[in-house]
Amino acid sequence: MSVPKNGADGFRPKENLKRKPRLGETVIQGLLFFSGFVSIFVTIGIVYELGKEALLFFRNPAVTLVEFFTGTQWQPTIEEFGILPLVTATLTTTVFAMLIAIPLGLAVAIYLSEYATPRTRSTLKPVLEVLAGIPTIVYGYFALTFMTPLLRTIFGSDVVDIYNTGSAGLVMGILILPLITSMTEDALSAVPRSLREASYGLGATKFETAVQIVLPAALSGVTAAIIVGLSRAIGETMIVALAAGAGPNLTLNPFKSAETMTGHIVRIAGGDLSYDSIDYDSIFAIGLLLFFITLTLNIISQQIVRRFREVYE
Amino acid sequence: MNKAAPIHPEFAQNLDARHRNGTIWHLVIQASTIVGIIALIAMLLNIINGALGYVAYEGRVDPATLSVDGVTIEQQSKDQLIALLQGKLSKGAYNKLDTEKPFAERPRSEIYQLILERVVRIEVVDNWNLWQSLTQADQIKANVAQDYPNADLKFVSWLTSDFVTRPQSSEPVTAGIRTAILGSLWTILFTILIAFPMGVGAAIYLEEYATDNWFNRIIQTNINNLAGVPSIVYGMLGLAIFVRTLEPITSGALFGFVEDATTANGRTVLAAGLTLGLLVLPIIIINSQEAIRAVPRSLRNASFGVGATKWQTVWSHVLPNAMPGILTGTILAVSRAIGETAPLVVVGASTAINFDPTSPFSKFTTLPIQIYQWTARPQDEFRALAAASILVLLVLLLSLNASAILLRNRFSRRF
Repeated sequence: MSVPKNGADGFRPKENLKRKPRLGETVIQGLLFFSGFVSIFVTIGIVYELGKEALLFFRNPAVTLVEFFTGTQWQPTIEEFGILPLVTATLTTTVFAMLIAIPLGLAVAIYLSEYATPRTRSTLKPVLEVLAGIPTIVYGYFALTFMTPLLRTIFGSDVVDIYNTGSAGLVMGILILPLITSMTEDALSAVPRSLREASYGLGATKFETAVQIVLPAALSGVTAAIIVGLSRAIGETMIVALAAGAGPNLTLNPFKSAETMTGHIVRIAGGDLSYDSIDYDSIFAIGLLLFFITLTLNIISQQIVRRFREVYE
Repeated sequence: MNKAAPIHPEFAQNLDARHRNGTIWHLVIQASTIVGIIALIAMLLNIINGALGYVAYEGRVDPATLSVDGVTIEQQSKDQLIALLQGKLSKGAYNKLDTEKPFAERPRSEIYQLILERVVRIEVVDNWNLWQSLTQADQIKANVAQDYPNADLKFVSWLTSDFVTRPQSSEPVTAGIRTAILGSLWTILFTILIAFPMGVGAAIYLEEYATDNWFNRIIQTNINNLAGVPSIVYGMLGLAIFVRTLEPITSGALFGFVEDATTANGRTVLAAGLTLGLLVLPIIIINSQEAIRAVPRSLRNASFGVGATKWQTVWSHVLPNAMPGILTGTILAVSRAIGETAPLVVVGASTAINFDPTSPFSKFTTLPIQIYQWTARPQDEFRALAAASILVLLVLLLSLNASAILLRNRFSRRF
């Protein structure tokens, strides 16, 4: 039996039910795919461009990998390229930032998720969002014009330099505080109510419930928050560029001026920079190291969330 | 203790201590929260403190001596001002200004400013912040009278409408942030042009088209990682790619823009905008994905049910419903881009330009860059300028954020 071709009786030919190739749809899908693919390009671009210049840097006879990682002097003018002074400064500011941000961040998050009334929470959360939205340059201004004079008043201006890593680190802690708080708060809020009720039922106090039941249950989220905060602190630039000082200095003393990795990149790149000079190549080597450090931290944080997350119904 | 409820003695023994412990920690936690709020308030007060206060001015030349027939320079016409400038400046200096930008093309306000800057030369000899001005007013007045007998002591706000509309200048008295604001707007324009379509496109691809295979998972992981890359690394990427490799495009040479004073070897508005575009791309993608994911499956199925194609479904049903969320995310990303400083320093923001950007191939400076440069200078008067610019920046960002929140509350639908 043959099927009527023109569908006069209401039936359509069978082959027309096949999915039609539509040029427009294909083109659009291609464009969308390209948009998604651009992000891969960006990563490849970062690794390639930074790697290329860094390679040029390490090819330079004045530089060796061993010297780069173990040298205690960073002075491009006399061809000393040891990254340690920059790393110690980054370490000092980061440690100070975390000293502020971890305890305060956890406390504020616990307060918001366990103690605060819904009213308080709805006023405090926007305040946190505002803090998170303030550009880092403003924090830099704050570090230089408020925190540094404050430290100099407390500890004496002969002890504390005008530019010092401590002041930059403390203000960086305030910068990271909202980040750690909001991520931690999300993790704490995701812990189901029933766990808390069970704890109360056993006679635990509110504080015991918060610290011994809720916090451990949300530990993966909290750890991830701290690691993301850490990575943010290491990559933070403007605060240290303004407040930590110019010129590498191998010291862990928070009252002395020292230049971090990011601070050094900004100072060199902001000056008169000629391409293919060793200065130009050297900042790319630092940038590449910075990229890998933060990338590793971010991946670790994602892995922690994925692997150790307690899933509740 | 209530006798009706038997409590194990051992339990009752440390009950008080546990309650005390709980109360103490409650207070500690509350205090931490208050410390956080105090930090925010201290920051805002510190900025306001810097933007107001006493200023002692001293002019090298008394403006009254420049009056012609009793008409003060404030009221003189543009031609009179140009003549005055020609008379007072050396020939070389005058010609140099004329070649930078012909006097005939400059508006009167600019000429007037040049007079103040080059002829009258009013200078800030000293300034004090708000706190000092309020608490030590008498002492300041006495000091100024003693140290600078000719100086004019005024209580000023550094943030004025003039400050916002004047071009940049190396003199604090005549400095303004119009150049920087326009630079920021130009840069952001290109950031949005590149990041919005790309970001939304990528989000649609990942949410609507991508199947769960290894390649798409890599794209997704990669986007999450890119969101955590420090902004300065994007700056270096921009420097290597947009400024250096693509110099013919970003400097405008490819499009027939001849190298002149306004082109900057690829260190242009366009390069800066593209760099920031890449920086905010992951943020826009992640936010848009969340918005698209919130559109319920049933809407798509209904659309497919009446015979729509995939793209028709996305375009007419998914996108309109996800749009408020996408826009909110984009506004937040844009406000992040407006506040970025480090990548633009690396890309090569100009340190001192006093003409407005006019094309994608102009040299640029932006508001945060201007704040950075002023804050980095040791003189107090520049710090005051920085404080005033920060206020402008914060007002801009707060209004953007507020509009994002309004948009979210107004249009967000729950399915």
